Amino acid sequence: MAEIRVQNLRKAFGDFVAVQDSNFVVEDGEFFVMLGPSGCGKTTTLRMIAGLELPTGGKILLGGEDVTMRRARERDIAFVFQLFALYPHMNVRKNIGFPLLAQGMASAEIRTRVEETAKLLRIDHLLDKSVSGLAGGDRQRVALGRAIVRRPKCFLMDEPLGTLDTEFRDLMVHELRELHNRIHATTVYVTHDQMEAMSMADKIAVMNHGVIEQFGSPREIYDRPATMFVADFIGSPPMNFLRFGGRLAKGAKEIVVQGAKVAVPEVREDIAPADMALGIRPEHIRFDDASKLRGAIYGTEYLGTTQIVAVETADGIIKARVPAGLHLNPGEQVGLTLSSARLSLFEKGTGRAVRTAMHDQVAEARHG
Amino acid sequence: MSLTTAHSVVAPSSNSKRIAGVLVVGYALISIVPLLWIFATSFKTPPDSIAYPPKIVFQPSIEGYCNLFTTRTRQTPEYINSLGPATGFCDETVRKRNMVIAGPSNFLPRFVNSLIIAFGSTFCAVFLGTLSAYGFSRFKVPLADDLLFFILSTRFMPPIAVAIPIYLMYRELGLSDTALGMILLYTAVNVSLAVWLLKGFIDEIPREYEEAAMIDGYTRLQAFWRTVLPQATTGIAATAIFCLIFAWNEYAFAALLTSGTAQTAPPFIPTIIGEGGQDWPAVAAGTTIFLVPILVFTILLRKQLLRGITFGAVRK
Repeated sequence: MAEIRVQNLRKAFGDFVAVQDSNFVVEDGEFFVMLGPSGCGKTTTLRMIAGLELPTGGKILLGGEDVTMRRARERDIAFVFQLFALYPHMNVRKNIGFPLLAQGMASAEIRTRVEETAKLLRIDHLLDKSVSGLAGGDRQRVALGRAIVRRPKCFLMDEPLGTLDTEFRDLMVHELRELHNRIHATTVYVTHDQMEAMSMADKIAVMNHGVIEQFGSPREIYDRPATMFVADFIGSPPMNFLRFGGRLAKGAKEIVVQGAKVAVPEVREDIAPADMALGIRPEHIRFDDASKLRGAIYGTEYLGTTQIVAVETADGIIKARVPAGLHLNPGEQVGLTLSSARLSLFEKGTGRAVRTAMHDQVAEARHG
Repeated sequence: MSLTTAHSVVAPSSNSKRIAGVLVVGYALISIVPLLWIFATSFKTPPDSIAYPPKIVFQPSIEGYCNLFTTRTRQTPEYINSLGPATGFCDETVRKRNMVIAGPSNFLPRFVNSLIIAFGSTFCAVFLGTLSAYGFSRFKVPLADDLLFFILSTRFMPPIAVAIPIYLMYRELGLSDTALGMILLYTAVNVSLAVWLLKGFIDEIPREYEEAAMIDGYTRLQAFWRTVLPQATTGIAATAIFCLIFAWNEYAFAALLTSGTAQTAPPFIPTIIGEGGQDWPAVAAGTTIFLVPILVFTILLRKQLLRGITFGAVRK
């Protein structure tokens, strides 16, 4: 197992820049997720780490060794593909043992290793079956088996749960994380599904248009999004934005939104007059008739323990997550109270988050 | 198919199935009757083969096959009587016609030529075709589209249109009437078909298979050999049949470029007619034997052939 260090990694296909100067470090034994919409460059980054694409610029270090230009087979990594890439002309046993065969391992040892791996994944009863007859979850387990059997330096996974049914997906998310906890393999996992990312990752990099927008723990990314893109991409429903304008000075503790004063975490930097956005998660909104920030109920979405309420304000619809028991009628006027400590401020032009007291525990706000 | 609904859109109705059945049987009869006639003729005696009205029921004889494999000379009855007892069925049959077997005919070596040239050129065309198709399918080949079009363009005219230049070239190069020359020629004609057919098949095989193998420690060639090739067998078999049928049946070039040592069966079989009267049973026997290899090969690979023909029409 080894750490992965990516430095100024860049990839261009002709005029199209797929990955722009990416920097991140995956610590030894960490479960790292690259999250982003399709076409954001996450798969390209993964393929460069694997050696399936060569970068246009930058460096990739694997366990301290520069492997940037090395062939895939010389990197000692394992890759799980979205479509699993199980060889249809081989049975499960041969599929799992295939990487060991490349190393010229004795067949008796291959046998033991394959059986150990199959036990670990609870697929030992399937070893002599043909892969074409397997269910999605089992195919996934075989693909994982082929990856872990070799005990490589790290695992790379490209949307491995993308083709599974929702039911299987939840199961596999759990299984994957559990497997990771057992074998502590450095893992880079690519997905566009925030649920997968949030529930499995130690660290997440959110990518958009070839740029890493934020790099941090799931909690950090959810609570302190570094950019409006991250705030909007993570969370279901995503973060609400309310426009406000004017100057922000260091030490400011209050802003004015739609004529109402809103307390915010203390601002830690001076911002020139610009269009700004106040970011608020749906669960940090409460209904309070005394509040000056007002809106009309537009619709509700019942979710069991909570409900998502769409409120039409002067600045468009914002969504609040409130207890399901609350009875609300469409058209009803409500006042909104925002939890001051959990508010994010963004510069609208750049999308960048303004440094506030919320970031005090973080060494440095990372973006770009 | 487990559909039991009366008005299924996918399952053909029993009526249309019946019509299709009748059409297929009718077409099969039309195609098979000439073959059956040749097969029957090969077991007739020469007089029976030219009898009028034609004989449907006749006493089978292998005289045609005897004549096919031997050359014979006409002798006086006195000379034949002076010989010892006949050494076999063929000997006996031939003596009845006042002839003796002079030696083996050229049919067997010509047939072997056909086998060598057809299978040799098929192997070369499929081998080269698979490698180029893989290259075109997986790598960024500069001007790939133009190159593929060029490869296809070699099939724009019937190959025989270039017979004279090829004849002259072959004479200069000393390739006339050599098995190597014929293998090269048939390979050149077939390789374009092979590249195009196989490229389609290889395009269908996801790259992830090789990528997975290469990450797992295999070289590209090993990955190709162990993951791509096994999955391309259907396509390779279909392509091989097409190439083999062409090379096996080719007559015009063979007639033009081979006359002796490298002559193949197609131009040889008609020459049997000339030897000692119109020996239709021998010709029919040659044709029947000539049909066997391709028949066996096609029956063995019929599933792949069907897939090769319907290729592109149905996506998995």
